[in-house]
Amino acid sequence: MLKQFFDWVGNLPPLAQVPVVIAAFVAVVGLLLFFLEVAPRSGRGYSILRVVVSIAVPALVLFLFGSIWWAIAIAAVLGGALFLMDYRSKQGKGYILQLVGFLAPAVFLLLIGLVYPSIQTIFAAFYSSRGRFVGLENFQWIFSQPDNLVTIRNTIIWVLVVPTVSTIAGLAYAVFIDRSRGEKFFKILVFMPMAISFVGASIIWRFIYGYREAGQSQYGILNGIVTLFGGTPVNWLQQAPLNTFLLIVVLIWVQTGFAMVVLSAAIKGVPTEQIEAAELDGTNAWQRFTNVTVPGIRSSLVVVLTTISIASLKVFDIVRTMGTAYPDTGVIANDMITLAQNFETGRSAAFAVLLFVLVLPIVIYNARIIKKQREIR
Amino acid sequence: MTSTVGADLPLPGATTTRGAVERADTGNIARRSKRRLTSRGATIASLIIAVLWTIPTFGLFVTSLRPQDQITRSGWWEVFGKWDLTTENYQTVLGNEDLTRSFVNSIAITLPATIAPLAIAALAAYAFAWIDFRGKNIMFILVFALQIVPIQMTLVPLLTLFSRGLHAGNATLFSGFQGAGLYTQVWIAHTIFALPLAIFLLHNFIAEIPAEVIEAARVDGAGHGQIFLRIVLPLTVPAIASFAIFQFLWVWNDLLVALIFATGEASPITRTLAELTGQFGRSAYLLPAGAFIAMLVPLIVFFALQRFFVRGLLAGSTKG
Repeated sequence: MLKQFFDWVGNLPPLAQVPVVIAAFVAVVGLLLFFLEVAPRSGRGYSILRVVVSIAVPALVLFLFGSIWWAIAIAAVLGGALFLMDYRSKQGKGYILQLVGFLAPAVFLLLIGLVYPSIQTIFAAFYSSRGRFVGLENFQWIFSQPDNLVTIRNTIIWVLVVPTVSTIAGLAYAVFIDRSRGEKFFKILVFMPMAISFVGASIIWRFIYGYREAGQSQYGILNGIVTLFGGTPVNWLQQAPLNTFLLIVVLIWVQTGFAMVVLSAAIKGVPTEQIEAAELDGTNAWQRFTNVTVPGIRSSLVVVLTTISIASLKVFDIVRTMGTAYPDTGVIANDMITLAQNFETGRSAAFAVLLFVLVLPIVIYNARIIKKQREIR
Repeated sequence: MTSTVGADLPLPGATTTRGAVERADTGNIARRSKRRLTSRGATIASLIIAVLWTIPTFGLFVTSLRPQDQITRSGWWEVFGKWDLTTENYQTVLGNEDLTRSFVNSIAITLPATIAPLAIAALAAYAFAWIDFRGKNIMFILVFALQIVPIQMTLVPLLTLFSRGLHAGNATLFSGFQGAGLYTQVWIAHTIFALPLAIFLLHNFIAEIPAEVIEAARVDGAGHGQIFLRIVLPLTVPAIASFAIFQFLWVWNDLLVALIFATGEASPITRTLAELTGQFGRSAYLLPAGAFIAMLVPLIVFFALQRFFVRGLLAGSTKG
C-alpha cells in the first residue's frame, strides 16, 4: 500500500528518506515514459506488454491505495485508452494514451490540490461559519468594517508598489553591472535577500526599524542615524500609514534579487549585434536601452512583473512576523489566515474570493499574451 | 552574422557599406560599449544599490556574532567602536537539538519537493508545447491562472483530504495519509503548489525548441517518450536548473505550508525559528545565528548553479 510505503519511508532517518523517495519517484516517471514510448508500437511482444499493463496497473493501484474503486476506475480508463489507441486516431497511433500519460500526473495533482479547494472556498464564502447559507452577508461584512477597508487598501498598495519598484531596481542593477568586472559578486549581493526566509528577514529588519525611547541606546539602525543627528527616535512601525510602506520595503528588498537575476539572463539573450547596430546609428545609451534592450526582454519583464505581483498579493509572512502588533498594517492574505484560525471560515473564504478577484486583471493580461504568442507560432 | 542582423533592423541610414565598416570596427565598438555601460554614474548607482541591499544582512551577521547580553542592548554598528565578538551563539545553535533536527528536516523536505514538481511539470509542459489537442490553449491558460489561487485558500481542504481521506457513501476512495511518514504531506503539498508556475515557465522554454528538431526525431521513429527524454530534457537543462534554484529557495524558506503540513517532528528550520521568535526573551538571541545558518544552504545552491542563469530560465522566451 502507498501508505505503508510512506510509513516505511517515514521510519528511515530523515536524510535517508530523500534518496529513497526520489529514486521511487524517478522509477515511476521512467516506467511511465517507457510505457508511453513502446505502447503504440506494433508486434506481438508489444501487444502482450499492453495486456500485461492493463491488468498490472489496476492491480498495483488496488495494492497501493487499498481502494477497489480507484482500481476499477483506472482499469476502465486504461482499457479505454488502449482501445482508442488501437482504433488508430487521426493523429497517429497511441495519441490519446500519450497525451493522457504526459498530462495526467499534473492535472490530477492540480485538481485535488488547487481546483477542488478553490471551488470549496468559493462555496464557503456564501455560508456562515456554522454552515448556514447567508448569501452575500460575508462580503457585506467585509465592506462595512473600516478595518477591512484599510486591509483592502493596503493590499492594493502592496500589489502596485512592490512589483514596480523591485522590477525597476532589479532591471537597473542588472543593466549597470552587465559585463562589468566582478559581475558575479555584485549579483550575489543583491540576490542574498532571496536566500533569506521571511522569518529571517523579519529578524533582520527588526534591527533596522527597532525603537527605544529617547535617551536609551537604540538598536535599530534608522533610529541610530536619527539620534546621531540629534533627532528624537521614532517608533517607525507605529506610524500608520508609513508602517505599511516600511513593510513593503522588506518585500522589495527580497524580490529585487529575483527580478535582477531573471532580467540579467534575459539581457544577455539580446543579440549584441542589435545593440552595436543601434550604436552605429548614433543612439545614446538611454535610447539603446529603451529601443533595443527593453523590447528584447519584454516577455521576461512581463513574467517577472506577474510573478512578483502574485507574490505580493499572497504576502503574509512579513506582516505576520513584523506588523501584527502595529496599527493598520493588515493585508488580505494575513487577515484571511487570522479569520480561519478563529474559525470564521465564511468570512475568511470571502476574503479569499476577494483576493482572487484582485488578481483577475493579471491573469487576463497574461492570457491575452499567451494567446498572441500561440498565434505567432 | 553581424551585418545580416544589422540589415534586418529597420534602422534609418543603413547603407550597403555599413556591414564592412561594422565588421572592421567590432572590437572597437565592444570596448566602447563596455566603457559606456559601466560609466561612472552607473557604477555609483549600482554601488549604492549593492550597499543598501547588503546593509541589513550585514547587520544580522554582526549581530549573530555579538554576546547574548549585548544584542538588543545597543546597536550592532557600535561594535566598530568596541570590538566584542564571539562565536558562542553559533555553538549554542549547533548544540540546540530542535534547530539541528529542523535543519535536517529542511533538507529532507526540500530536495524531493524540488525534483518532483519539476519532473511532473516538465511532462505537462511538453504536452502543452508539442502534442496537439483540442482545448489546449484554454487548458493552458487555466493552469496558468491556478498560480493565483492563494495557497491559504487551499490549505484547509487539502489538510482535510490528507487526514480524513475521500469517501463516497460508504466506499473509501482514498484512505488519507493519517500517520503516513513524516514528510509525505508536505512533499505533496509543495509539489502541487509549485506546478502552475513550473508548467508555465518550462512551457515557455520547451516551446522554443525548433520544430525541425522534434520533427526530425519523429521521422526517425522516436515516440513522445523518447523525444522527451533524449531531446527535450537535455535541451531544457538550463531552464530546469534555474527553476530548480528558485523552487529550492521557495521551499526552503517557506513558512506557510510548513505551519500546516510539517508539524512536530517534521518541522523545518523556518518554522522552528518562527517559534523561537514567539517565545521572546528566552532564546530570541539565537535567532540571528540560526537565520544565518538557515541561509547558508540556499546560498551554496545559488553559487553552485549560478552559471545556468546566464543561459537561464526564460532565455527562450525572450524571442516571444
